Amino acid sequence: MTTFNSKIPEGVVAEKWDNYKNHQKLVNPANKRKLDIIVVGSGLAGGAAAASFGELGFNVKCFAYQDSPRRAHSIAAQGGINAAKNYTNDGDSIYRLFYDTVKGGDYRARESNVYRLAQVSNSIIDQCVAQGVPFARDYGGLLDNRSFGGAQVSRTFYAKGQTGQQLLLGAYSALSRQIGKGTVKMYNRTEMMDVVVIDGKCRGIVTRNMVTGEIDAHFGHAVVLATGGYGNVFFLSTNAMGSNGSAAWKAYKRGAYFANPCYVQIHPTCIPVHGEFQSKLTLMSESLRNDGRVWAPKRKEDAEAIRAGKLKPQDIPDEQRDFYLERRYPAFGNLVPRDVASRAAKERCDAGFGVESGEAVYLDFKYAIDRLGRNVVEARYGNLFQMYEKITDQNPYETPMMIYPAIHYTMGGLWVDYELQTTIPGLFAAGEANFSDHGANRLGASALMQGLADGYFVLPYTVQNYLADELHTPRMDEKSEPFEKAVAEVKNHINKLMSIKGSQSADTFHKKLGKVMWEHVGMARNKEGLQKAINELTQIKEEFWKDVKIPGSADDLNPELEKANRVADFIELGELMARDALAREESCGGHFRTEHRTEEGEALRHDDDFAYVGAWEYAGENQDPNMHKEDLKFEFCKLNQRNYK
Amino acid sequence: MSEQHKGLNLTLKVWRQKGPKEKGHFETYSLQNISPDSSFLEMMDVLNEQLVTEDKEPIAFDHDCREGICGMCSLYINGRAHGPDEDITTCQLHMRKFKDGETITVEPWRSAGFPVIKDLIVDRGAFDKIMAAGGFVSVNTGGIPDANAIPISKDKADEAMDAASCIGCGACVATCKNGSAMLFVSAKVSQLALLPQGKIEAARRAKAMVAKMDEVGFGNCTNTGACEVECPKGISIANIARLNREFLKAKIQD
Repeated sequence: MTTFNSKIPEGVVAEKWDNYKNHQKLVNPANKRKLDIIVVGSGLAGGAAAASFGELGFNVKCFAYQDSPRRAHSIAAQGGINAAKNYTNDGDSIYRLFYDTVKGGDYRARESNVYRLAQVSNSIIDQCVAQGVPFARDYGGLLDNRSFGGAQVSRTFYAKGQTGQQLLLGAYSALSRQIGKGTVKMYNRTEMMDVVVIDGKCRGIVTRNMVTGEIDAHFGHAVVLATGGYGNVFFLSTNAMGSNGSAAWKAYKRGAYFANPCYVQIHPTCIPVHGEFQSKLTLMSESLRNDGRVWAPKRKEDAEAIRAGKLKPQDIPDEQRDFYLERRYPAFGNLVPRDVASRAAKERCDAGFGVESGEAVYLDFKYAIDRLGRNVVEARYGNLFQMYEKITDQNPYETPMMIYPAIHYTMGGLWVDYELQTTIPGLFAAGEANFSDHGANRLGASALMQGLADGYFVLPYTVQNYLADELHTPRMDEKSEPFEKAVAEVKNHINKLMSIKGSQSADTFHKKLGKVMWEHVGMARNKEGLQKAINELTQIKEEFWKDVKIPGSADDLNPELEKANRVADFIELGELMARDALAREESCGGHFRTEHRTEEGEALRHDDDFAYVGAWEYAGENQDPNMHKEDLKFEFCKLNQRNYK
Repeated sequence: MSEQHKGLNLTLKVWRQKGPKEKGHFETYSLQNISPDSSFLEMMDVLNEQLVTEDKEPIAFDHDCREGICGMCSLYINGRAHGPDEDITTCQLHMRKFKDGETITVEPWRSAGFPVIKDLIVDRGAFDKIMAAGGFVSVNTGGIPDANAIPISKDKADEAMDAASCIGCGACVATCKNGSAMLFVSAKVSQLALLPQGKIEAARRAKAMVAKMDEVGFGNCTNTGACEVECPKGISIANIARLNREFLKAKIQD
C-alpha cells in the first residue's frame, strides 16, 4: 500500500537530523554483507551513494547508460558548489544557507530537508578535498570562494569552470575504489527499464543491456534511483543527449508519486539557438554574472539595426544600453536568481529589444576587463570563453556574449519523504530525480550540493534504517515468477515499439513534443495554453504509437530504440507537467502563470491556497491521475514575497 | 552566427562494422546543405535522420553531453582524433572548419586497448579498470578533517587541476602509434601525487595503475608526444615525466 507521510522528525529544525540519526536503526557489519542495494545512475548522487554503501559493506550493484560512470551529466556543471563554511567571514551560516535556499525556491520546499542540506554542506567540501578534488585556492593555500545568484555572501567553492567534473571524478574515484574491492559491481551501457514491486515493496529492477539488447532482472533489498532530471522533455535543453526521465516515469507508473512536475528551471545564460538542426543548448555558467553585465539596447531602433546587421553592440554607447537587471533589481543586480533573470530577458525580447534573431541579449565583459584587466578575466573564465568561441565563432573578449534562457534543471521529481524514500517502500530517489530541496526554483551551485548531500550523507543513514527491517528477507531468485513477469512485460513493451514500423523517427516526435512544451509549458504559462498543450500531447502520443519508425533490431545496439523508449515516456511526462501547471493557479519560482503576477510583472504566489507539494498518483492508462497535497509548513522561515530589489 | 550562411555539400566516408567480430568497411554518403554553424555531431544527426528515412540503419556513435566535458564522443576524423581543430572534443567541432565539396573520413578510435563494439563505438572499459586499480585516495565517506586544515599552495593546486581536467576520452591512445595510455594514467597519478592528500599512497598508486595498464593491452610510451597534441584538454606530457619519476621512486623503494 502506498503511504504518504513525510516522516519529518520531531524537534526544532536545527535538531531534526541529529534526532533522526540518534534514533535510527542500524545494521551490524556482518549483516550488511547479506543485503543488496541497487543504485541506478552514477552521477553525483548515485556515484556517491554507491561508493558510500560499498564502503559500509553492503552489496552494491550500480547501473549507468553511458560507457563509464565518469560520464554522468553531473560532469557538465560548471560554476560551483555551495557550502555554509563562512570561510570568507561575510556573515554566512547554516541558517542563512537554509534561508536563502527556501527563499530562492519561492517557499515551496520542505523546511526540514533544506535545513539538513545546509547542515551537511560543510562535510561535502571536507570530503571532496580529502579525495583530492583540486578546488581553487588563494595564495595563502586556503580555499577560495565566489558569489552566485540569490545570495549576498560568497559561499561557492569551485574548480575553474569545471566544478561538476571535479566533484564527479571525486565520486567516481571513490566508486572505482569500491569496484576494485568488489563491493560494487558496475553495469555500464545498461538502462533501467522498470522497477519490480513485490507485495508492496520494491525488490529490484529490470534492465536492458544496450550492447546486446538482453533483458535481465536484478534483485535488491533496496533500490535507489539517482537518474537525474527530465529537462529533455523540451527536446532542446542543457541536458546531455541521453538524459531522460524514464526511470522516474516507470517508478511513477508502478505507484511512486511524482511531485511538482511543473517546476522547471530555465537558465538565463545559455548560447542562443542557431538553427533547426540544433541538438542541444550550451549553458554559460552563472558565475559569469559575477563580472559580466547583462544588457539590451535601450532604443528599439538600435535593436532593429543590430538584428539587421547594420550596427554592432560595440557601436551602442553606455547611455543607450539598458542594464535591465541592475535597473529593476538594484540590490542584487546581475546576481538575481535564475528564474527572475530569465523572465527579465524574455520580457525585453518580447518587447522587441532582443538582438541576433530577436531572442538574445548581451552579457558584456568589457567593464570587467576595464576594471580587472584581461588576465584576471581570463584566469576566472578562460575555459568558458573558449567554449563560447568554439560554438559561435565570436571572441567574447572583444564583443559581448549573446545569451538567452534555456531549459536547464527540473526541481520536480519523484516525491520522497524525509528519508528520501518514495511512496513505494524500499524505493529511494536522490539528486535531481527527487523533488526534495529546491522548491519552485533552484539556486546556482546547489545542484551539486544536493546530489552529494543525498549520496554521501543522507542515503547511507536512511537506507540503512530501512534495511534494518529487511534482514530476514532472503535474496530472491531473479528467475522466480514475479521477476520473470516483469521481464516479460518489458519485452512486450519493446516488441510493441519495434512492431509499429511507422514512418517518422523518434527525434521527429521528440521535436514536436519539445515545441509544444516550450510554447505552452515553458517560461510563461496560462490556462488556455496549458489546455491546448494537453490536447496536442494526447494527439502526439496517439500518432507516436501508430507511426514511430525504429530501424534495426531489438537484440542489438540500437540507439533509435533507446530514443523511442525515452520519447514515449517524455510525451506522457510532458502531459503530467501541463496538468500540474494547470492545477497550480499561482506563480512561484520557475512556474510563471501570466494570470498571476504583480503590477510590476513579478511572480505572484497565493500561499493560502498553494503552499503545498502537488504529488501525482498514477491511475492507469488513459485515466486522469490523482493529485495528493503535502501541506508545507513554514515554522523557521517567514513566508515572504521574494524581493531582490 | 558566422557571416557566411551558405550550406555545405559534403561526401562522407564512414566506417561501418556490425559487431566486434565482424569485418568492417567504409561506406560513402552524400549530404546537402549543411549549415556551417552546425556542430559535427549535428551533421551526423542529419545523416542518421536521412538513413532512417531511407530505411537504412543509422550510424552508431558515442556522444552525450555535447559540450566537451563528458568524454563520450570519440571520432577519428580525416586522420585526427576529434578532427581538424585544436583543444576540442568531437562534439565541439563545427562544420565551419570544412569546405564545401569536401570528402570527410570518419573512423572509430583504433587501438588494441579499445575494441570496436559497433560502427564508430569502441569499448573503453580498460580505462575504468586502470582507475579501479589505484586512481583514488583511500578515504571513506565521513570523519574527515576541515577542508582548510591542510593548506596547499596555489601553484600546486592549479597544477593538479590541469592534470585533473582529463576527460578520459581516449584520444591520446587513439593517436599514439603504440596505443599507449600513458597520458591518461599520468594525468591521474600526477593530480594525486601533487596534493598532500594523495601523496601518502603515491608509490602504491603509480605501481598499481601502471601494472594494470600493461595488463589490459595498452602499448608502451616512446615519447613521440603525439598524445599531447591531440588531447582536447591540453594535458601536458610533463605528466608522463612525473609518472615515470613516481614509478621509478616506487620501484626503488621496493
